Amino acid sequence: MPPLARRNLFHDKIRLMVTLNGIVFAVVLIVVELGLFTGFTTATSGVMDHSQADLWIAARSTPYVDQAVDFNERKFYQVLATPGVADAQKYIVRWTEWKQPNGRTESVEVIGLDPNKSFGLPWNIVTGDVQQLKQPHAVMVDVIYKQKLGVHNVGDWFEIRGHRAKVVGFTQGIRAFTTAPYVFTTFKNAQEFAQFNQNQTNFVLVKAVPSADLAKLKAELQRRLPDNDVYLTREFAAKTNHYWMFTTGAGISVLMAAGLGLVVGIVVVTQTIYATTMDHIREFGTLKAMGAPNSYVYRVIITQATIAAVMGYVLAVVVSLFVILGGAKSGAPIQVGWQLLVSMFFVTVGMCVLAAIVSIKKVMGLDPAMVFRG
Amino acid sequence: MSVDVAISVRGVTKTYAEGSAGTPALNGVSLDIRRGELTLMMGPSGSGKTTLLSIMGCILRPSAGTVMVAGQDVTHLDEGKMPAVRLKHIGFVFQGFNLFPTLTAGENVELSLELKGFKPSQAKSEARHLMEIVGLGDKYNEFPRNLSGGQKQRVAVARAVAGSPEVILADEPTAALDSHSGRTVLDVLRQLARQQQRAVVVVTHDNRILEFGDRMIRIEDGLIAAQ
Ligand SMILES: Nc1ncnc2c1ncn2[C@@H]1O[C@H](COP(=O)(O)OP(=O)(O)OP(=O)(O)O)[C@@H](O)[C@H]1O
Ligand SMILES: [Mg+2]
Repeated sequence: MPPLARRNLFHDKIRLMVTLNGIVFAVVLIVVELGLFTGFTTATSGVMDHSQADLWIAARSTPYVDQAVDFNERKFYQVLATPGVADAQKYIVRWTEWKQPNGRTESVEVIGLDPNKSFGLPWNIVTGDVQQLKQPHAVMVDVIYKQKLGVHNVGDWFEIRGHRAKVVGFTQGIRAFTTAPYVFTTFKNAQEFAQFNQNQTNFVLVKAVPSADLAKLKAELQRRLPDNDVYLTREFAAKTNHYWMFTTGAGISVLMAAGLGLVVGIVVVTQTIYATTMDHIREFGTLKAMGAPNSYVYRVIITQATIAAVMGYVLAVVVSLFVILGGAKSGAPIQVGWQLLVSMFFVTVGMCVLAAIVSIKKVMGLDPAMVFRG
Repeated sequence: MSVDVAISVRGVTKTYAEGSAGTPALNGVSLDIRRGELTLMMGPSGSGKTTLLSIMGCILRPSAGTVMVAGQDVTHLDEGKMPAVRLKHIGFVFQGFNLFPTLTAGENVELSLELKGFKPSQAKSEARHLMEIVGLGDKYNEFPRNLSGGQKQRVAVARAVAGSPEVILADEPTAALDSHSGRTVLDVLRQLARQQQRAVVVVTHDNRILEFGDRMIRIEDGLIAAQ
């Protein structure tokens, strides 16, 4: 068939630009917002996702990782004595206050761990190594937060709740979801930094023996520790995600922005595809009068929409790339994986085809006798 | 029905549902349109010419009476089956040309052929042939906007005859043309009628083209006044 759809679409360059603009705007908005959502999700559960522990044990009714009350470290020994547990460690995650030599303070979240274990360790270490945390007062922070925390070099001294802290290394790219950066240190230091009573912890991390049935081990630990909650690591990560994303509304708002992008996209694309169809309405009348089957007429409209979708998608991916790069520089954690990009292709085409349906309805109602009227 | 009869209309009336307060646009029309003839249809404004043409072209249904197209009774044909009858048996030429402006002259003809089942390569060579017949072999790749009115209407004629429908129905094909262009268009239509045995119906107000008709039908107030 002569390329009627393509010609009609490219015939009016200004209208084509408007169409593409609408699609690009919508797609970039959706990609960036969903990318932010993914970024947020990764940030909220990063400590759990990278812990390499099999189970997390917290005090009863702990809503999320950042809000765990302390319990007696006696529980830790009960855990160690449970069959199926290969190893365990007391672990602290708690907000506290970081003080620079000039007196400025910042909220931080201290993570207290055992550097001799194979799990629960800081990851992406770019300066120093985890063994250096065994030095007195040693802490590690992320390079992203150097400026915020006033850290220049390894060896800089700070104060956390009246206790001295010395930076011995850096991680890279460990973003906290809240404004409080993570400070990695030993469990003992963390007890002081976060003002725990001696013999108190707020988590126990468990590594199971390789052959263990995790569900069974979880149930057994739960039975032995009735005052605690025992989670599979991914369960606790999901619980924390859910809290930040949905209980606080942070996630809802980015998802709503993504949804808004979808709505805006559909509206703009519907209008422009409709306007293009109306520009050529006489031709559609002529086609119907000639006896062209409806399927052909619909194909013309759908093809217009699909071409617009593909072009808009490609442009949108390019624009999104720039936005993501800009976001990475400015500290906005936009994470866009290939799955998102592939799904967005189908969303874009779907959006445009949906938009075409309004035009198809219009053409369906067209009276072929119109061709004889002036 | 004689083999020469392409369209046969018997006792056709048409009352438009809305407006015109029940006065029928057609009031019992019977006539045969024959192959090999150019039939002119004339009459005052509002007399029902376009209505009759639309009924003969399976675009409108009559309120009463019967219509046969190429030997097939189309009076009670399904709404959904009318387009196929139009596509197969009838070519239309309109006052306003109704070419596809974003397609070249040749592509306009190709589109019509491909809708009728021609393969693209066949459609191309057949379209070239048809463009020669209407005297526009050299305008194949021109866009309609670069053609004169008469040339556009000849492209429209080539598009209408593409795929060899028995019937060509033209509603005021010369109304937008100067007299010379009008004559060239009618000349092509008459040749098609005579040389290819098509039934050609031309609705017109234009007395300048009377000489091209093999036959003349006058319509007044929804009735055939003379033939
Ligand atoms: N879609 C319609 N709805 C209602 N009435 C209509 C419609 N089309 C035509 N009519 C009426 O039917 C009558 C015949 O109209 P028609 O268009 O067939 O006349 P015509 O002979 O083609 O006129 P003209 O020479 O002006 O084109 C007129 O009274 C007209 O107003
Ligand atoms: Mg008329």
